[in-house]
Amino acid sequence: MALTIAVCIKPVPDSEYYNKITIDPVTKRLNRDGIPTVINSMDKNAIEAALRLREKHGGRVLAFSMAPDTAIENLKRVLAMGVDEAYLCSDRVLGGADTWATSYTLYKAIEKTGPVDLVIMGNQTEDGGTAQVPSQLGEWMGVPHLANVIALDYEDGGMVVKTKADRGTIRYSLKLPAVLAVTRDCNEPRIPSVMDILKVGKKPMRILRAQDLDLNPDFIGIKGSPTQAGEIYSPDMSRKSEALVGDPDEIALRILDELRKAGISIG
Amino acid sequence: MFEFFNENQVMLASVAKELVEKEIATHAAEWDEKDHCPTELFKVFGQQGMLGVFVPEQYGGAGLGITERSIILEEVARHSAGFAIALMTHDLATAAILNHGTEEMKKTWLPKLCAAEVIGGLSVTEATGGSDLSNQATTIEKNSAGYLLNGRKVFITNSHIANLNIWTGTSGVNEKGRKVLSAILIPPETPGLSAGRKENKLGLRGSITGEVIAKDVQCGPDSIVGKEGKGSAVALHTIGNYGRSGMAAIALGILRASVEEAVKFGNERIIYGNPLSKIPEMQAIIADNQVEYEAATAMLYNATAIYDNGKDAIPKLAAAKYFATEAAVRASRRTMDLMGGYGVINEYPVGRFLRDALANIPSGGTSQIMRVIVAGSLLR
Ligand SMILES: Cc1cc2nc3c(=O)[nH]c(=O)nc-3n(C[C@H](O)[C@H](O)[C@H](O)COP(=O)(O)OP(=O)(O)OC[C@H]3O[C@@H](n4cnc5c(N)ncnc54)[C@H](O)[C@@H]3O)c2cc1C
Ligand SMILES: Cc1cc2nc3c(=O)[nH]c(=O)nc-3n(C[C@H](O)[C@H](O)[C@H](O)COP(=O)(O)OP(=O)(O)OC[C@H]3O[C@@H](n4cnc5c(N)ncnc54)[C@H](O)[C@@H]3O)c2cc1C
Repeated sequence: MALTIAVCIKPVPDSEYYNKITIDPVTKRLNRDGIPTVINSMDKNAIEAALRLREKHGGRVLAFSMAPDTAIENLKRVLAMGVDEAYLCSDRVLGGADTWATSYTLYKAIEKTGPVDLVIMGNQTEDGGTAQVPSQLGEWMGVPHLANVIALDYEDGGMVVKTKADRGTIRYSLKLPAVLAVTRDCNEPRIPSVMDILKVGKKPMRILRAQDLDLNPDFIGIKGSPTQAGEIYSPDMSRKSEALVGDPDEIALRILDELRKAGISIG
Repeated sequence: MFEFFNENQVMLASVAKELVEKEIATHAAEWDEKDHCPTELFKVFGQQGMLGVFVPEQYGGAGLGITERSIILEEVARHSAGFAIALMTHDLATAAILNHGTEEMKKTWLPKLCAAEVIGGLSVTEATGGSDLSNQATTIEKNSAGYLLNGRKVFITNSHIANLNIWTGTSGVNEKGRKVLSAILIPPETPGLSAGRKENKLGLRGSITGEVIAKDVQCGPDSIVGKEGKGSAVALHTIGNYGRSGMAAIALGILRASVEEAVKFGNERIIYGNPLSKIPEMQAIIADNQVEYEAATAMLYNATAIYDNGKDAIPKLAAAKYFATEAAVRASRRTMDLMGGYGVINEYPVGRFLRDALANIPSGGTSQIMRVIVAGSLLR
C-alpha cells in the first residue's frame, strides 16, 4: 500500500550561534534576532524515515511546521531532502503556544490537508526539548503513538517498530494510523543533491493562516496555552577566586589549608 | 555570503557546507599530514551532483554554471584546499570536453565524469615552463590509426589517479614556422600512458601532483578536442575560465578559514585576563582578513556571473585569481601572527592554510602571468 506520511518539523536556533542568544530581562523572552534557524536535528531523522518508507512502499510525504513566516527557508530545505509538499502554520494568533497548543494546531493542519496513514516526528527538540508534542498529537488524533523509536518498517498493513528502553529494546506492532517519534539512532539523514535543490521551486508549499484552519480560538496561541514560562535566567557562571602569592612551599601549605577548610581530608 | 546569490545558490552553499562538515572537516588535517587523497569521495561528490555542476542535464550534469561550481569549491576548501584542487582539476577535463569536444565525446564521457565513474586530469605544463605554453616538446603525430602521442608533463594534478586525460602537444608548425598545439583525449586503459614521480608538495597536500608520461600512446582518429592546431585555445579557455575561477574559489575557502580561526582563537585565548580579541591590534588583523575575504568574494562572483551570462570574463577571472590567492597568503599569515606561538604549532590548522595558500599561487598560472593578462586586456 502506498503510504501518506506527515512529518513535523520545528525550526530551532542554529547551535553555532548559541552564544549570541540573550534573554530579555524584562519580558523573559529569548532574543533570537539575527540568529539563523535550522531544522531540529531529530526532525531530519523523521524526514529520512518517511522518505525511506516512501521509497520502499510508494506514497507521499508531507511536512508540517508551526513557526513564523521566515520558516519558509527551513521548509525549502525539507523539500530539497525529498519531501513532496510542505505546509507552514504561521499566524500572529498562534504565537506563544505551549506544547499543548502546538500539538493542537499541528493536529488541525494535518486534518485539514487530508487523511494520513502515519505521522513521524522528532523525539524532542534542541530548544524546548519537552518531548511532549508527539504523544499529545497522538492523543488529539486518537491513534496509537510511540516515542524513542530507533527502527521502523511497514509490514502487512501496520507498522513494526523498535523503541529504545532503559535496558534494551522493545518491539511493537502498531495499527495505522499512528504517530511515531524517532531518535538519532533511527537512521542517517540524507544531504540533498544539487538536482534535489533545483526541484524545490516546483513543489507545492503553502502557508496556512489561522483562518484557513478550523481552529477553536481557546486552544491556540498564548491564550490556549495552559503552560506559561516562569522565571528564565542565565546562571551566574563566575566563581570565587583568589590568587595565592609567595614562594612555592608557602603556596603549597595554603592550598592544603584551603582544602582542609573545604572539608576535604588529606592524610 | 555573496548578496546577489539566488535562492538555489544560497541553499547550495549550505548543503555543500553540510556535506563538507560530514565528509571532510574532521579528516582534513590527517590528509594533509599523510598526503593522502581520499579518492573514494569523488563518487560521493558525484552522487550529490557536485561534479560538473555546469554540465547540461542531457549529459548528466545539473545545468548550472561556474558560479555554482565556485560555491561548492569554496566550501570544500574551507576545510580542505588540498582535496578541493583534486575535485577542481577533475572538472577541467569535464569543461574541456563540454566546451570543445565532439558530440560523441560529450555523450560518452560527460555522464561518467559527472558521476565520477572516471577521474579526469588536464595535462598542459611541461618542464620547459608552464608560463611558456606554446613551447611544448610533447608531440601529437597523425598516423594511419589516428594520432600518436609522446611526451612528459609535470606538476599535473590527479596524475596518479586520473584515468581520463586531456593532453596538449605540438601537432605541427604554422605558416610562420611556429609550433601549433592540439588537445587530445586519452580514454581510460590506453596503453603507453603512465604516471612518473609524485611530488612532495609544501601545500595542497591531499591532492596528488606529479608527472605523467606518454610513450607511443595511440589515440583514435576522433580523439582531438577542438580543432586540430587549436589546442592552445582549448587550454587557455579551460584554464582561463574554469581553472582560475576554481583556484580563486579555493582561495576564498582559505580566506574564510583564516577569518574564522582568527575569531575563534581571539575569543578563546585569554591574555591579561581578557580575550585576545579585546586588543585593538588583534581586531585590526580580524578586520583586514574579513575585508580581503569580502573583496575577493565580490571579485570572483562578479566574474563568474559574467562568464555564466555568456560574456568574456578572462581578465576579470585573472584579476580575481591574482587577488584572492595572494590575499589568502596574507590572511593566513595574519591569523598566524594573531595566534602567537600557537600559530606555528601543527595541531592548529592555520599553518596548513598558509602552506595551501602558497601552493595555490602557481596553479592555473602565476601571479605575474595574471598581471600580464589583466594589463594585456587594457593595453591591446
Ligand atoms: C527554552 C524553551 C523552553 C520551553 N519549555 C516549555 C515547557 O516547559 N512547556 C511547554 O508547554 N512549552 C515549552 N516551550 C514552548 C515549546 O517549545 C513550543 O510549544 C514548541 O512548539 C513545542 O515544544 P518542544 O520544543 O518542547 O517540542 P518537543 O515536544 O520536544 O518536540 C518533539 C517533536 O515535535 C515536533 N514539533 C515540536 N514543535 C513543533 C512545531 N512548532 N512545528 C512542527 N513540529 C513540531 C517535532 O517533530 C519535534 O521533533 C518552551 C520553549 C523554549 C524555547
Ligand atoms: C599544486 C599545483 C597543481 C598544478 N596542476 C596542474 C595541472 O593539473 N595541469 C597542468 O597542466 N599544470 C598544473 N600545474 C602547473 C602550473 O600551471 C604551473 O606551475 C604554472 O603555470 C607555472 O609554470 P612553471 O611552474 O613552469 O613556472 P615558470 O613558467 O617557469 O615560471 C617561473 C617564474 O617566471 C615567471 N614568469 C614566466 N613567464 C613570465 C612572463 N611572461 N612575465 C613575467 N613573469 C614570468 C613566473 O611568474 C614565475 O615567477 C600545477 C602547479 C601546481 C603548483
